[in-house]
Amino acid sequence: MAIGSFLILFILFFFSSLNPILSLYEDQVGLVDWHQQYLGKVKQAVFHTHKTGRKRVVVSTEENVVALLDLRQGEIFWRHVLGSNDVIDGIDIALGKYVITLSSGGSILRAWNLPDGQMVWESSLRGPKHSKSLLLVPTNLKIEKDNIVIIFSNGRLNAVSCIDGEVLWEKDFEGESLEVQQVIQPPGSNLIYVVGFASSSLFEMYQINALNGELLKHESAAFSGGFLGEVSPVFSETVVALDSTGLILLTVSFQNGMISFQQTPISNLVKDSFGPAKIIPSSVTGIFAIKMNAVTIVIRVTDENKLEVVEKTNHETSISDALPISEGQQAFALVQRAGPEIHLRVKLAHNWDDNLLKESVKMDQHRGLVHKIYINNYIRADKSYGFRALIVMEDHSLLLLQQGEIVWSREDGLASIIDVTTSELPVERDGVSVAKVEHNLFEWLKGHMLKLKGTLMLASPQDIAAIQSMRLKNSEKSKMTRDHNGFRKLLIVLTRAGKLFALHTGDGHIVWSYLLQSLQKSKVCQHPIGLNLYKWQVPHHHAMDENPSVLVIGKCGPSSDAPGALSFVDTYTGKELSSLSLVHSVALVIPLPYTDSTEQRLHLLIDADKHAHLYPKTPEAISIFEREFSNIYWYSVEDDNGIIKGHALRGKCTGEVADEVCFDTRELWSIVFPSESEKIIATVTRKLNEVVHTQAKVIADQEVMYKYISRNLLFVATVALKGSGEIGSVTPEESWLVAYLIDTVTGRILHRVTHHGSQGPVHAVFSENWVVYHYFNLKAHRYEMSVIEIYDQSRADNKDVWKLVLGKHNLTSPISLYSRPDVITKSQSYFFTHSVKTIAVTSTTKGITSKQLLIGTIGDQVLALEKRFLDPRRTVNPTQAEKEEGIIPLTDSLPIIPQSYVTHALRVEGLRGIITVPAKLESTTLVFAHGVDLFFTQLAPSRTYDSLTDDFNYALLLITIVALMAAIFLTWTLSERKELQENWR
Amino acid sequence: MKWVKVIVSFILTLSFLSFPSCAFQSDELLVDDEEFGLEGAPQHRSPEPIPTRSPPVTSPTRKRHSDLDSDSKIQFSLDHAFGDSDFSPAGTFSARLKTWSHGGQTLTKLRFSRNSFSDVEKEKFKNLLESDDFYRIRLPSNVLSPPGRDFIISSVKARCLPRESLDEHFVIHMEGVNVLAVNYGSPGSCPYPRNLKLPAKWSFSSHTVLKNSEQAPRAPVFTEEILGGENAEGEVVQPAERSFWAKYWMYLIPLGLIVMNAITQAMNMPEEQATGQVPAQGQPSAGAVQRGPSSAVRRR
Repeated sequence: MAIGSFLILFILFFFSSLNPILSLYEDQVGLVDWHQQYLGKVKQAVFHTHKTGRKRVVVSTEENVVALLDLRQGEIFWRHVLGSNDVIDGIDIALGKYVITLSSGGSILRAWNLPDGQMVWESSLRGPKHSKSLLLVPTNLKIEKDNIVIIFSNGRLNAVSCIDGEVLWEKDFEGESLEVQQVIQPPGSNLIYVVGFASSSLFEMYQINALNGELLKHESAAFSGGFLGEVSPVFSETVVALDSTGLILLTVSFQNGMISFQQTPISNLVKDSFGPAKIIPSSVTGIFAIKMNAVTIVIRVTDENKLEVVEKTNHETSISDALPISEGQQAFALVQRAGPEIHLRVKLAHNWDDNLLKESVKMDQHRGLVHKIYINNYIRADKSYGFRALIVMEDHSLLLLQQGEIVWSREDGLASIIDVTTSELPVERDGVSVAKVEHNLFEWLKGHMLKLKGTLMLASPQDIAAIQSMRLKNSEKSKMTRDHNGFRKLLIVLTRAGKLFALHTGDGHIVWSYLLQSLQKSKVCQHPIGLNLYKWQVPHHHAMDENPSVLVIGKCGPSSDAPGALSFVDTYTGKELSSLSLVHSVALVIPLPYTDSTEQRLHLLIDADKHAHLYPKTPEAISIFEREFSNIYWYSVEDDNGIIKGHALRGKCTGEVADEVCFDTRELWSIVFPSESEKIIATVTRKLNEVVHTQAKVIADQEVMYKYISRNLLFVATVALKGSGEIGSVTPEESWLVAYLIDTVTGRILHRVTHHGSQGPVHAVFSENWVVYHYFNLKAHRYEMSVIEIYDQSRADNKDVWKLVLGKHNLTSPISLYSRPDVITKSQSYFFTHSVKTIAVTSTTKGITSKQLLIGTIGDQVLALEKRFLDPRRTVNPTQAEKEEGIIPLTDSLPIIPQSYVTHALRVEGLRGIITVPAKLESTTLVFAHGVDLFFTQLAPSRTYDSLTDDFNYALLLITIVALMAAIFLTWTLSERKELQENWR
Repeated sequence: MKWVKVIVSFILTLSFLSFPSCAFQSDELLVDDEEFGLEGAPQHRSPEPIPTRSPPVTSPTRKRHSDLDSDSKIQFSLDHAFGDSDFSPAGTFSARLKTWSHGGQTLTKLRFSRNSFSDVEKEKFKNLLESDDFYRIRLPSNVLSPPGRDFIISSVKARCLPRESLDEHFVIHMEGVNVLAVNYGSPGSCPYPRNLKLPAKWSFSSHTVLKNSEQAPRAPVFTEEILGGENAEGEVVQPAERSFWAKYWMYLIPLGLIVMNAITQAMNMPEEQATGQVPAQGQPSAGAVQRGPSSAVRRR
């Protein structure tokens, strides 16, 4: 009877493990996934220094995040991502309890409650014309006991109440060419000065009563030399500007309403002038700085408006804003980088010669120069002033310096990832033992005892918590070697700052980081931009002794003909192997499917003049390339022109660029979309490294359909010119969306379908033989997702088994795209509730596992949707055979199952991209989502059918086996005894 | 909405050019004719004589019932190039331009007349065949005001074309009067190791197809479904009619086992009886001795 009950238990156990579990259990969160929160490059920081309470700092960033950070650890208290169309212009703290943000080109003003980040009020500010946006929070200016905020935006000066955001008064500045540069509020007075330039040679000054917005005085004075760039206020009634040549400094004072200019040629101040200068604005009284080429000059303005140079340096210098300290004194900080150290000096505004503080801090070379500095003071134990500095580095990281040390640092460059690739970890070698992994044997034993207790359900709540923390901190997952299942990899990411990071997929820690010199601002290259990352070398044969490397491609400046730059970086060590600055531009990079004997991948770079350049530039690579010369095709999309062109190679470059690795190209085909009716808004291709396991699909009635699998398919979506604006800007009759499938070798349009009354934006994903795209249906007022599957009919007659057996089939013959394609397409549309930021698809090693679509929703989450739901063969009443095949009855909309959110309760703020990487285990795919936040997890779209899940009950299995063994012994002895007794009868 | 898909049959000889044009008398027609004349004149690309177009003749028999719908005849030329050479005229497409009452214009009845290769062109084409190079063609992107914004280019490996004669297949994708793209190539397959094969006849046999965009299927709307809920339910019941075996296998298998067990039992019974009876008759004293082994054997 014992056997029976155990059998029942066993069966029950099996059934329970077969039950579909798509989501996670609470205790599984954090086991394979990790989530990191970032902010982006800080563009403004305001310290909140209340006498008591926690020390905090409010920051706004270039990723449009406003956040409150803990000054002690750098942790985020709260954070709001305002989105890319709501750029933050300025932040400040009002009343000591509200964070004021001005955003969207000065048209939205918001107040957030400082401790918890709740929005208190929001007001929208309009104005007559576009202008600079300035935010000013005067410390003690009150209108009827109401603290006010002064905002200049869109050509209008507003005074807004701090309490409820009500506009108290407003004043327009409608002078046609008036460009307001500064709004100055001299402390302790009820006056506001608005200064600016009109028609480029007129200096305008308005004096306004801060209490009612009344214009008290308006003066203007002409200066024949004109003005250039910004002005820097030096005193409350004096500003410094540059003339239009950039060679003469102008001190403009408007005391008592009288405007007077004082000219000082820069050559008088500095002996050797270096060409036109630029003013670095600062708010420090009596001090400003100018920059000429790489030289920074700090200039002091004396009381008689005389200028004198106090410092001239070749180092990149950053100056902080003024920090008012006791008795009306102002302090400010200067910071410079010199070799491995940064030098920080804090001075008083009126006393240049003495330093309040002078410190040198050791700084990692890979953080680059100091871009910004913000200082804050505190009172030391000995009652003297101490200063702490928040600095923003060239790699966009944020650090807090205090007492000559780095208190904390945040890698906020990771908030702006441009491209991601992966790299394998080193192969495991000897020397990694149990003792190295676990700290000592006792800990190891204790851990195992705890686990055993847990599996036997004997553990107390404390034990369970201990087990959970052990599982989360499992050192196995963050090991620096390759694992059998291929879960451990390095994510190599390139950030906008031109820094490469290697993140470990186990727990997301930074393995190494490298600031690429080729992507740093230099004399040759003023505005370098990182473009892409490619796998350059992936050693398989020499995996033990060679390191993989990646290729980083950048270019100099935003124009299309800017010269390119290449860097090769070792992914194990994070060292740059070599770098090249190219003479040609980089318009397109094609990783070719060929590698040379050192397993370096051949890459073809196409420049703006349509010349192709081969890398690596070795004779071997050229010989490999020439073998495949006639089989290389590519296409180019001219979005603004509405033309797609196909190209092939012709021969070596002719003309002045005589280069072994340069090739001429020629145009093979072109598709011209009518400019008045169609505009290209999306182009999508298949992933180059995607694997397709089965070429055929057996459908319900034992029929076979062959997938049309071509790497050269391009999905293009065009919309009517009118419909390319925002959703709802056109009527359904004027708007349509056309989807194309184009063969990029021959330029054939294989499929073309029009969705009337639909509008972009279109997000699409292409995989195997299908494409799924998301758009807005204006007639139904809903978002829709459509699927197109494309099947090859030319191979459809290969169904006969005898033909296959006798080899009379054309399945193995090479397929030429020059043959006339014989394809059929199936498509279907479904409604989908969400708007979408990005779509990706899971990818596995062999492509056997069924696919899931990963949809980045507008709520910054990642939703996994099975491809089965987007099957064009779904019908209202599927037949029995179709049901067995797994076809779901047709519904008009796609289901959103709350449990199928991959990101579970988390949000990947500012989601921009989702990358899927196959693990070695066929069932599993690795998913990396990035935006302002990073999120990584493992997914098993068809569940882990090829391995036991983590929660597999080994104990029960063991007990069952033991019990079965015992039962066998028992029954055996029993039967033996019985037999013996029978024999003796 | 079948009008969008017009398939035009083969065109063989130049005689099509002198095919009497059957245009209709209307304002649009005159404008188009003028337009063509103006456009054709400065091009100077066609060395072959453009057939003189007969003056528009009213043919009331072919006139559509709608007065607003009207046709006119238009022509546009096909140019070709051998490898990287410049384009030269290779033939003319002629078609009817149909103006619809809602303002749209479409082409129907596309015909194509191909110029035969001159000796120089034959030589060039042979070179292409030998070097496995591209034969390129181009069309204007707008048929009313050629070349429109740009030319539509398409190319094919020259070795794909020759069979008996030179076989070619055009699929012209249109959007109103704009040509989006042309799929050009052989009408059949072009197997990959492309072998050098000279055509037996140096004449073209051309197939042309005009294609317009298809309408996407609408997303299914399930309003009727709710009304006809009973019907759907009735159909759900249907699959319950499975075979007897499919329904009751879980009962049948144990039943079969029991039956089989019973049979074996029944088989054993006579045997046992037989073994038991024999000694009983002859030597009853040996019965006890013999029973042991026999049962032991059975137990194994």
